[in-house]
Amino acid sequence: MPAIEILGLEKTYRVGFWRKLPKRALHPLHLTVEDGEIFGFLGPNGAGKTTTLKLLMGLVFPTSGSARILGHEWTDPQVKAQIGFLPEQPYFYDHLTAHELLEYYGQLSGVPAKDRKRRVEEVLQRVGLRDIRGVQLRKFSKGMLQRVGIGQAILHDPKLVFFDEPMSGLDPMGRREVRDLMEQLKNEGKTVFFSTHILSDAEALCDRVAIVHRGELRGVGRVADLTSTVQGKVEVIWQGIVIPASMKALGAECHVTGDTVRAVIAESQQDAAIDALRRERQRLIAITPVRTSLEAYFFEKLQRAETTAGRTA
Amino acid sequence: MTQRRKTSIVAAACLILSLAASIVVLRRSDQARPQATLDEVLFLSSPTVIKRASLGYDGLLACIYWTRAVQYFGNRHHNYAASYNLLAPLLEITTNLDPHLLVAYQFGGSFLAPKPPVGAGQPERAIQLMEYGIQNNPDDWHLYYNLGFVYYMDVKDYGKAAQTFERGSKVPDAHPFMKVMAAQMAQHAGEFGMARELWTATYQTTQDKLIRENAVDHLLALRVEEGVTHLQQGVTRFGERTGRLPVSMAELATAEDLPGIPVDPNGKPYRLTPEGRVEVRDPDDFHFLSKGLPPGYKPPDKYRPLP
Amino acid sequence: MKARVAHIAFNTFREAVRDRVLYNLIAFALLLSGAAILVGQISIDIEKLVVINLGLTTVSLFGVVIAIFIGIGLVSKEIEKRTLYTVFSRPVRRWEFIVGKFFGLAGTLVVNSFFMAIGVFAALFYVSHKFVRADGLILIALYFIILEFLIVCSLALLFSSFSSPLLSAVFAFSLFVVGSFAEDLRNFAGMAHGISRTLATGAAYLVPNFSAFNVISSIAHEQPIAGQLVMHNTLYALFYAIMALSGAVLIFEYRDLK
Repeated sequence: MPAIEILGLEKTYRVGFWRKLPKRALHPLHLTVEDGEIFGFLGPNGAGKTTTLKLLMGLVFPTSGSARILGHEWTDPQVKAQIGFLPEQPYFYDHLTAHELLEYYGQLSGVPAKDRKRRVEEVLQRVGLRDIRGVQLRKFSKGMLQRVGIGQAILHDPKLVFFDEPMSGLDPMGRREVRDLMEQLKNEGKTVFFSTHILSDAEALCDRVAIVHRGELRGVGRVADLTSTVQGKVEVIWQGIVIPASMKALGAECHVTGDTVRAVIAESQQDAAIDALRRERQRLIAITPVRTSLEAYFFEKLQRAETTAGRTA
Repeated sequence: MTQRRKTSIVAAACLILSLAASIVVLRRSDQARPQATLDEVLFLSSPTVIKRASLGYDGLLACIYWTRAVQYFGNRHHNYAASYNLLAPLLEITTNLDPHLLVAYQFGGSFLAPKPPVGAGQPERAIQLMEYGIQNNPDDWHLYYNLGFVYYMDVKDYGKAAQTFERGSKVPDAHPFMKVMAAQMAQHAGEFGMARELWTATYQTTQDKLIRENAVDHLLALRVEEGVTHLQQGVTRFGERTGRLPVSMAELATAEDLPGIPVDPNGKPYRLTPEGRVEVRDPDDFHFLSKGLPPGYKPPDKYRPLP
Repeated sequence: MKARVAHIAFNTFREAVRDRVLYNLIAFALLLSGAAILVGQISIDIEKLVVINLGLTTVSLFGVVIAIFIGIGLVSKEIEKRTLYTVFSRPVRRWEFIVGKFFGLAGTLVVNSFFMAIGVFAALFYVSHKFVRADGLILIALYFIILEFLIVCSLALLFSSFSSPLLSAVFAFSLFVVGSFAEDLRNFAGMAHGISRTLATGAAYLVPNFSAFNVISSIAHEQPIAGQLVMHNTLYALFYAIMALSGAVLIFEYRDLK
């Protein structure tokens, strides 16, 4: 059973003084997220990622369409007990301490009283906020708030967790921690759905991704598949600063970086290159196939969308 | 049905039901409470204080106090109240807030001076109020009229009344009858004709319902009194001629050469008692009668609008 | 379901108590009660009168300000600050949120009034040096004041459910002022004709009618209060609050939380 099935969810806002101008935040979206995967929802700012999340959370009502979450209608209150949500740049009741906030959310999520205390402690430990007791949230830094946010999202042990731009505003260490956490969640058998515009994170973490732009879905697929368009090239890296003439003869594009040289050559010439380097007694460091990066795929999809829009405009 | 729809239906039902219930409770509450949130305690009864507290919204507050004055008076009037202590302060506050609210002066003129249960029985305050009105609206002849009226009807100072009408007649756009009244007052003070003219003028120059009702009541009473007076004089004449009292109204009518049995404005014939008194058949039909009433007559407890 | 409402109510109460603005307002109100003592001393006879009148009026006015201040923060501010996102991703119904907030605020106001009332009684004791039976009437006046608060709260919630914090405060306060003159509005409606009569009558019944709630000057003169009035006021406050809250629930049910 898929964790999430989005069946044509659409959202059009009416803006303007008389609320006459339609603004399409999301075109009818069809998407499926499988159980137990980490799914990345990618797109530039304003693409409709947050809108989609808000629709799924029931914060905003769709113009048309529906969705199923964990097999139930997305409006079914039962569902809420099994999902967690971390909004983008979250705000919390800043008169509360982290402990009190989690207690409160635990109450609202229906975590039984006898388990609550223990769970809160566990979660605070897990997100690294154990030592901050009695400090009101108004005094928390951005990173700390993000951790609290993650805490409240996983407090009630949900089967499916939604993160909206979870890495935003975090320092490299924080981002690392969040990435590790998401991996852990996956290992625990949970499904993770997160939206981001940082492609490297998505590439590293996700099993599958979807790309949205201007409220429309542009592409979906496994990361491995999307980036496996082998261009038929390999990258050769060797130590030193010397570029042997034989390499140049192979038509290689060579770059010197520090004390290593990189050269991109056709895959068919791989063996010839290795021979050339051995002859010249250059120390080979690595040979890697050149894959399309997710970034390239991303931009290609976006560009195609722009040109289509340009043609129809 | 979705949860949302269920909740909405319940909420909508609650809203309508509770709105209806609140209105019902409100009406019951109104009925149960004695009139006037004013109680007999007008905590702020000083006009100057109220004016200062009004923060410049004088006009609005004047309207509010005016409505309260009318409500206060109207309710008590219907119950033939024995006192109207708050009427003067209310009118004073109203006119202090809005010195140009003419109807308030007219009201004061009609109801501050006469004695209870008709009015508050405070002619000096009525005069004060009128003078204040004249000060602030020197070009409005109505105010002179009201003041003169009070002098004539309630204070019975015919000299001052004539003077006031004279003053008023000098105002540009004054109604012609001002001059006429000023002149007539001197000669015909105390006569029916004068009174009738004044009440008619009052009726014609106001829009306020209560004041008009009052004027009509007075006019009717005047007709009755006139009728009774003439008939009584007829009885006296009869007595002088024949040395006895007429046995019936019919005999009197014949003797006086009247077209038929004299009737009151409601069409009911006047009575002639064995003692020779002319009386109204149904005194309850009229207000303000001072003649033609049977001895020991007490007016009813509640004000009934006349047929 | 009820548990969630109770939790929301408690959290609201806790939030209000930790809001430092609240303390400033209470302190100011207490100060004013003290000032009443000074004012009263200007004329010996009416000392007690001034203390009761000024003291209770202060409780009433400040309470309304607090009710509106915190009331609008309840929903409008929460939406603006997006604290609601993580609340509604949980199994919390929207109506539970509104109702819970209402009870939390009501509780805050009752506790608040309690403290301010102590100030009034203290001032009263200071000028009279004893309590008489008639002083018990002050409690009834306070009860009516609390009923007024409940109505104002429910209105603040109603406006918060669709309006910005500033506008909500303006609307709620305006309705409070109009409600104080509601009886005059009804008198006016009685004297009007045609369409203005219909409109005025409609308005007069829709706005909260506070006229019957203000017994401050009566009890200052030690006039008794009819039991019927207590019953009527209680019922009216109850129905009116239910009405406003139902409206809030209805609106909020359909609102997009952007």
